[in-house]
Amino acid sequence: MEQKTNGLMGWIDARYPATKTWEKHLSKYYAPKNFNFWYFFGSLAFMVLVIQILSGVFLAMFYKPDTALAFQSVEMGIMRDVEWGWLIRYFHSTGASAFFIVVYLHMFRALIYGSYKKPRELIWIFGVLIFLALMAEGFMGYLLPWGQMSFWGAQVIINLVSAIPFVGEDLGIWVRGDFVIGDATLNRFFSLHIVAIPLILIGLIFAHIVALHEVGSNNPDGVEIKKNKDENGIPLDGIAFHPYYSVKDIVGVIVFLMLFASVVFFAPEMFGYFLEHANFEPANPLKTPEHIAPVWYFTPFYSVLRAVPSIAGSAFPGVIAMGAAIVVLFFLPWLDRNPVKSIRYRASWYKILVGLFVVAFIILGVLGTLAPTEGRTLLARICTFYYFAFFLLMPIYTKMEVNKPVPERVTMK
Amino acid sequence: MSADAVNNSKRRLLVAATSVVGAVGAGFVAVPFIKSWKPSAKALAAGAPVIADISKLEEGQMITVEWRGKPVYILKRTAENLKVLDSDLDLLADAASDGSKQPEYCKNNARSYDEHKAVCVMEGVCTHLGCAPKYVPDLNNPFAGSLGGDWKGGFFCPCHGSIYDLSGRVRQSMPAPKNLPIPPYMFKSDTVILIGQDGGKA
Amino acid sequence: MKKIILTLLCSIAMINTGLVMANSGGYPTSPANVNVDDMDSLKRGAKVFSEYCLSCHSAKYVRFNRVATDLGMTESETMSDLNNLGVKFGSTMTAVMTTEYAKESFGAAPPDLSLVARSRGVDWLYTYLTGFYADSSRTTGHNNVIFKDVGMPNIFWKQEGVKKAIYEEHEGEKHIVGVEVVEKGTMAPEEFDTMIRDLVAFLAYIGEPNQSYRKSLGIYVLIFLFIFFGVAYAMKKDYWKDVH
Repeated sequence: MEQKTNGLMGWIDARYPATKTWEKHLSKYYAPKNFNFWYFFGSLAFMVLVIQILSGVFLAMFYKPDTALAFQSVEMGIMRDVEWGWLIRYFHSTGASAFFIVVYLHMFRALIYGSYKKPRELIWIFGVLIFLALMAEGFMGYLLPWGQMSFWGAQVIINLVSAIPFVGEDLGIWVRGDFVIGDATLNRFFSLHIVAIPLILIGLIFAHIVALHEVGSNNPDGVEIKKNKDENGIPLDGIAFHPYYSVKDIVGVIVFLMLFASVVFFAPEMFGYFLEHANFEPANPLKTPEHIAPVWYFTPFYSVLRAVPSIAGSAFPGVIAMGAAIVVLFFLPWLDRNPVKSIRYRASWYKILVGLFVVAFIILGVLGTLAPTEGRTLLARICTFYYFAFFLLMPIYTKMEVNKPVPERVTMK
Repeated sequence: MSADAVNNSKRRLLVAATSVVGAVGAGFVAVPFIKSWKPSAKALAAGAPVIADISKLEEGQMITVEWRGKPVYILKRTAENLKVLDSDLDLLADAASDGSKQPEYCKNNARSYDEHKAVCVMEGVCTHLGCAPKYVPDLNNPFAGSLGGDWKGGFFCPCHGSIYDLSGRVRQSMPAPKNLPIPPYMFKSDTVILIGQDGGKA
Repeated sequence: MKKIILTLLCSIAMINTGLVMANSGGYPTSPANVNVDDMDSLKRGAKVFSEYCLSCHSAKYVRFNRVATDLGMTESETMSDLNNLGVKFGSTMTAVMTTEYAKESFGAAPPDLSLVARSRGVDWLYTYLTGFYADSSRTTGHNNVIFKDVGMPNIFWKQEGVKKAIYEEHEGEKHIVGVEVVEKGTMAPEEFDTMIRDLVAFLAYIGEPNQSYRKSLGIYVLIFLFIFFGVAYAMKKDYWKDVH
């Protein structure tokens, strides 16, 4: 199986597993041939990571992490004075939202095709950790422009930390590095945002892909292609990732770039969702904006937080619920007791449950952008209840499903 | 066999076409990032030309103005000084200013405009390692110590001892390799100099 | 599966519209209808801005030389028409009044206007600038339909004329629904309206000076990506002929 390479590659391969790695992970990594639209989002997430790192590195050359200078360094320095600064900034702001759109769709794929099930639980766990790191990265990054929403959004979220009983207040001061959000907070968030969390993200993504390659990719039929191999040990339903999925992913990337460019060049603010209107005002600790809301990609979890009523004047139960909404994801591989992976072969009513879950999640997201009213709070509570019920009741209802027969080989539907 | 050959050449063509378009795209994307390193509008504004009023500048006197973060010396030489500049050529490393940076109109012994010969505008940045050379018009000066009795006036750099004449030309065997640089400049009037701009005369 | 997703997306869209629309509070804005590509409008707006606004407000992120380049004005035009303080061509538009004096005179420092078109929006600005009405209970003598109890005086009252608010009663409460002129100003209504729209257009321009270039560049980028898509897709199809 191991062929020796010649020339320059031969010299390198004798000292570094270059060709071995290329073959193991690309030219001889066999992926199922029935990947569909939902399978683009992994490589797209990687593309967005590259965009964020490239644009981020350059933004950091001009940004000043000082409360007196930050806003101006962005809105005057980068957006006006630095040549092409405005474009690099829009790459980064659009990329942040794009990252979450892509990651949510990527997670949805895992949900509907059972990509979190044995033997892929660890891939899923690394994935949820990436999701957590990504949320932290987005939260820290959002403080940096030091606009009204940057400041007040951080104020609200860090106040939640202070809601934790006994240790909350001290913890809040420790996070801020001060009694109020100021220079200490801004500087440490800057460091975490440009160095620490990107390194953590890169490490987790590496682990995520290594874990994936160890067991092999899932597919829309949830069929394990390694069960049927030819005389050379190559899965009958597998095709080499390179060149087949490299050329296909290039097309996916280009389509993504068309959408990305449409936003960057024609609607970078995206009606106030990607670049919020209030953030074009410098942070003013003495003036609270009319309406404080986190950025759109946090709003579903923000809704969960607000839906839970205060107990004994403490917002802590809401904080717990918000955390639980993310933590519950870790347990998905063990909550879902149905051995069938793909939604295609599960009970029809399960598809309805998944559909309702998506609707509930989106409604929670929309509600999170709006000021609460009695009616909206009721709706948020219903959706929050459904969100948790969907996961926590899985051990019971997934065992009640009557599955359709699962094919032995992939179908090209 | 021939079908395969067609396939292969078609495939190679498609790969080549996609690679070329991709490379062009990558080139386009690189442009904003590389250009972002150019001086920003703020730097350009700070580096804008400065006005110097020399209405009160007397012969033998030197004033210093700041331009682009550097000291710029404006020195008004006497008729005596100008004569020396025509005759001290043997002492100099580059009497004709071939290797130094100055506008065309300053490539002469006095290193100044012919119509305003007495006034010399030069950057006070020693071409050795960047210190600001001291103006030493005569021996009655704290820096005249190591200069010989036949000192006719010039500049002395205190850091490593480089010596320049009154048009900023460096002597031979000095640590400094070149004459002091001269920025583009122009006379807005007989008593007002604009440093940093010369209307393209350079 | 596709049908289910489509149905869900449609119902989500409907629900969301319902939720969001139930939220319009405050005075309704009128459309500003400004065109940031109309150089003449921007030039007129720049003059109005310099003449009336820069006394108290700054536009500290806006450089004169940038405005000159973008609007097609010469350096001398810009310096004479816009540069009240006579600062250098590459400098920024600072207010004539100092912040301390302004705070003393008006109670609050007049905000910088560089980004006001992005934080408030052009429609809000147009409604605001045409929304002053006489109110004797205010020290400035005027109030505003969209910015209640604003500290800014009605600087255009001479040109626009004196206006009064029109009230309507609704569930026992009086609401302002419009304004009308009671004493004519020096400008004809259409003339005044054009002036305000020019001013708002200029504010929109200074909010994001790169916007026109951004959009025109975007067209070329999409054309390029379309071509790139063509070759890449052809390449993909060719390779995938091998896969059955």
